[in-house]
Amino acid sequence: MRVGWPRAVLLVLRRDLVLAFRRGGEVVQPLAFFAVVSTLFPLALTPEMSRLRDIAPGVLWVAALLSSLLALEHLFRDDAQDRTLEQFAVSGQPLTALLLAKTMAHWLLTGLPLALIAPLVAVAYGVTLEAMPGIWLALVLGTITLSLVGAIGAGLTLGARRSGVLLSLLTLPLVIPIVIFGARATELAIQGETYAGPMYLLAALAVLSLTLAPLAATVAVRIGIE
Amino acid sequence: MNLLDVESLHVFRGRRHVLRGVSLALGAGDCLQVTGPNGAGKTTLLRAVVGLCEVEQGTVRWRGADLRRDPQALHRETAYLGHEVPLKGDLTARENLAFAVGLRRRVDRPALDRALEQVGAERFAGQPLRSLSAGQRRRVGLAALLLFAVPLWLLDEPTTNLDASGQRLLMRLLAAHLAAGGLVLAAVHHPLSIEGHETRRLELGGAA
Repeated sequence: MRVGWPRAVLLVLRRDLVLAFRRGGEVVQPLAFFAVVSTLFPLALTPEMSRLRDIAPGVLWVAALLSSLLALEHLFRDDAQDRTLEQFAVSGQPLTALLLAKTMAHWLLTGLPLALIAPLVAVAYGVTLEAMPGIWLALVLGTITLSLVGAIGAGLTLGARRSGVLLSLLTLPLVIPIVIFGARATELAIQGETYAGPMYLLAALAVLSLTLAPLAATVAVRIGIE
Repeated sequence: MNLLDVESLHVFRGRRHVLRGVSLALGAGDCLQVTGPNGAGKTTLLRAVVGLCEVEQGTVRWRGADLRRDPQALHRETAYLGHEVPLKGDLTARENLAFAVGLRRRVDRPALDRALEQVGAERFAGQPLRSLSAGQRRRVGLAALLLFAVPLWLLDEPTTNLDASGQRLLMRLLAAHLAAGGLVLAAVHHPLSIEGHETRRLELGGAA
């Protein structure tokens, strides 16, 4: 009996999670990177609480961006190398759905944990507990967009040998809006003001990339595995 | 009645004109072996037939449906096994198989075990794939081929890394597949002799 695409999507999702937990390192490394980078700033600057609170939004978002770029390289690379992506393309299932499943797994393994530990880091910057829901929500929305847009870059750089820098150069300009609105929402949340405006824009960007990025990533991957 | 029809296929790799008007047709129970020196385009031909590389000119039809318009029609009934077996080193042979087959059709554990036994892989079915030899991986790939349960097999150098008993096993599987009305298009260096079946050959030209 043939398998419908929703079942195939779940299968890909489950396999990617199982693989990531067997390897372990891939999940922990970006998180550790995020924690280390955001800890370095207070050490390099004057440890003055009011100033730290001012720079917290910027530090959080730049560190989040860099650590998710770090993980992005592996999104499609391993599956392209062992030819699993080729089998995806000829499996009779829609490739877009399978790649979206891989991107979702990637977000669950990198974006979501990052959003979850970010408030802990924020505490070190003297951010009050009342600001946490706002920071958390902004990072959840922002990391979804980062993973989706990053998937396009990961697909485009499949053919390149050392793709790390190229991937960053392709992806970073595209995610500037996320950093702007994400940092703004975080800043407002920390100051205890209403952050609905930038948050709506972050949500809109997440929806936009959810609808368009998988299609672009599919085309990129098709070229990459040719 | 031909199921697979390939008409004057032209494929470029970069600026190199690799396939220059290749045509072939396969019906139920047919086996076509593609031979030729290295660089003649055997792999490219198989990849073009399954839609993995850009075709400049010519058509591929499966049951009359054009591959460009309706790739799913071909993909649903085709198994493509390339040079490398697309399996994950961190998963066991059985898990790999369950995933590869699960993308296409529902499969239960007894069916998996039967297929693994058929290809002589039951001993290492529970081992992570990275600990297996290239030949053992090939056998797991053959098990996937069986479980896909599709009529058209596209095989790229199917004998690679197989020992003598593995090669005999492959011939038995091919013979059974053809007898059941399957189609085989294989790229080979050394022509295969499949018992009880006449196999046609397609010689591709030398490197241009």
